[in-house]
Amino acid sequence: MANDAQRIREWMPERNDLSLISDWIPRNATVLDLGCGDGALLAHLKASKGVRGYGLEIDQDNLAACFENGVNVIEQDLDNGLDNFQNDRFDYVVMTQALQAVLRPDRILAEMLRVGREAIITFPNFGHWRVRSYLAFKGRMPVSSALPYEWYDTPNIHLCTVHDFETHCRKNDIRIIQREVVNRDHRSSTLPRLLPNLFGEIAIYRVTR
Amino acid sequence: MPESIPQDSVGLVQPHTLHVDQPLELECGRQLPSYDLVYETYGNLNASANNAVLICHALSGHHHAAGYHGMDEKRPGWWDSCIGPGKPIDTNRFFVVCLNNLGGCHGSSGPTSTNPETGQLWGPDFPMMTVKDWVKSQARLADALGIERWAAVVGGSLGGMQALQWAIDFPERLRHSVVIAAAPKLSAQNIAFNEVARQSILTDPNFHGGRYYLHDTYPRQGLILARMVGHITYLSDDAMRMKFGRDLRSGRFHFGFDVEFQVESYLRHQGETFSRNFDANTYLLMTKALDYFDPAREQGGTLEEALERTRCGFLVMSFNSDWRFSPERSREIVNALTHVGRDVSYAEIDTPKGHDAFLLPIPEYVKLFGAYLRRVADEVDADGQ
Repeated sequence: MANDAQRIREWMPERNDLSLISDWIPRNATVLDLGCGDGALLAHLKASKGVRGYGLEIDQDNLAACFENGVNVIEQDLDNGLDNFQNDRFDYVVMTQALQAVLRPDRILAEMLRVGREAIITFPNFGHWRVRSYLAFKGRMPVSSALPYEWYDTPNIHLCTVHDFETHCRKNDIRIIQREVVNRDHRSSTLPRLLPNLFGEIAIYRVTR
Repeated sequence: MPESIPQDSVGLVQPHTLHVDQPLELECGRQLPSYDLVYETYGNLNASANNAVLICHALSGHHHAAGYHGMDEKRPGWWDSCIGPGKPIDTNRFFVVCLNNLGGCHGSSGPTSTNPETGQLWGPDFPMMTVKDWVKSQARLADALGIERWAAVVGGSLGGMQALQWAIDFPERLRHSVVIAAAPKLSAQNIAFNEVARQSILTDPNFHGGRYYLHDTYPRQGLILARMVGHITYLSDDAMRMKFGRDLRSGRFHFGFDVEFQVESYLRHQGETFSRNFDANTYLLMTKALDYFDPAREQGGTLEEALERTRCGFLVMSFNSDWRFSPERSREIVNALTHVGRDVSYAEIDTPKGHDAFLLPIPEYVKLFGAYLRRVADEVDADGQ
C-alpha cells in the first residue's frame, strides 16, 4: 500500500481536479467512476480514504493501467447506460471530463443520480471568455489546451457552459450541493469565483436529486 | 517438433502423479475411495509458498499446459501462449500447477483407468463428476504441494467455471480468481449442443454401452461428430468465413457427398484427430459436468447469494465474437460480483476468433491478462516481505 500511495502522489499534481474531488468524498464511501482513465482517482481514494468502488472504461491502455494499479475497472461503454447497477448502489458517482463526450449527457446524468446518492461532475466550460473570443474573432471552432481537438475529430460532442449545466439542473430538479469553477491549472481564484461562466475553464459540481 | 526450445518457453517438462488414498465424496452421492491426479508444474514455489497459480483445463484439456514433453513433440502444451517466462502467467514469478481433472483420459483416474476395487477398467462406471468435485480434488492437490492459498486460480471456458467455483467453495484459499470466456451456468442452447454431441457418441454402434474397450473398438464416428459440432461452436461465423469462406478443395463442384468445401475438410480432420486422442466416456462426463454447473442453484438461490461467500479478487474476460459463452454471460458474473461489492475487473476483448480466442496469443488479451497478473505477483511479493 505504501508503494501505491507514493505512486499516486506522483500522478496527482497533474490532475488537481482529482484532488479537489477527493476532498469532497468522505472516508469509506462507495464510488463509481465513469471514464476512470488509468484509475488515479480510485487508487488515491482507496489508499487514502478506504474508499471502495469501480471504474468504468473502454480504452484498453487505461484498462491495463487500472489492472496494474489494483483498481477495479469494468469495460463498459457509458453510452449504453448503467442498467447493470441498481438504484442507490453507490454513495458517489463521479464523471470527470466525460460529460461532453457521451451521446446523451442528460441521460447519463439521470443514471448517475439513480445509482448514486450524489454525483460529482467535471467538464470544460464552453462559456469561458477565451473560447467565446476564439469563436467571435477567429470565426472558427475553438481549439485550446482544454479542448485540443478540431471540430471534425473531437470526442467532445456535447459541450456546454456553466449556465447551460445549471439551467439543466434547475429544470430537472437536480440540486447543486457544491460548485468549484477553476482555471486550466485547476486552481480556484477570484475571477472564476465572481464570474464563473466567463472565467471558469473547468467546472466541478456535486449534485443530488 | 521444436528444433530448439523457444526462449519464452518453460522448456522440457514432465508430468507427476499424486496418489490419494483419502476417499472423495462426490456430489452424485458416490465416492472415489482412492484416485490418481496427474499434474505438471512450471516455475518455482517460493519460500512462503504464496506464488502458486492453479490452471484449470476446459472440456478437452489436460495437465500438459505448457512446454514440451520431448524434442519430438510437435506442439507445446495447450496454453503455452499464456504460460512461460515473461508471458501473462509468468513462470519467472509464479509457480504454475496444472492437473488433469478426475474423469479425464490423460492419466488422472477416469474411465480409462483401473477401478482398484474390481481390477477392471472403470469405463462407463466411473462416477459422474461435477465442477465442485473437481475443485475439491484440486484442493487435495494443493494440500499435497504445501499450497495453503493460491495466488490465483485461472481458467478459460469450463476451466473458468472451476476458477469461479474455487472462489465460492474455498474463499480463503485463493487471492484471485481469473474467469475467462465462461458463464455462470449453461444456457438451454449450450446444453442442446452438448446433447447432440452425447447422442452422436451414445448412438454409435461401436459404443457398446460405454464398454467398447471390451470389444477392442471405440465409437470413432460418434467422437468425430461430437467434436465437429463442438468445434463449430468454438469458432465464430466471421472466423470461419475468414479461414475457409466457400473455398473448394478442388476448385469445382463434384455433385456428391465427399469433402468438397474446405470447411468440411477442416471439421473432418479436427474430428478424426480428436477421436484418436480422446476417450468417449470422458467426453460424455465432461459435457455433463458443464451442464450441471450452476453455483447459484447449489446455493439455493441467486448467483449473488452464491458469490456472497467469496473473498478473492476477480478478473473476468470475454471475447466479443464468442457465441458459445458470449460477453453477456461473463457480464452476468461481473454484475453479480459488483452487486455484492466484490473486487472485480472486466475486459471484453475485440477479436473475430470466437470461443477459442482464450487459447490464442491475441495481443490485447495478452496485454490485459499480463497486466492483471503482474499486479497479483506484486501483491504476493509485498506479502512475502
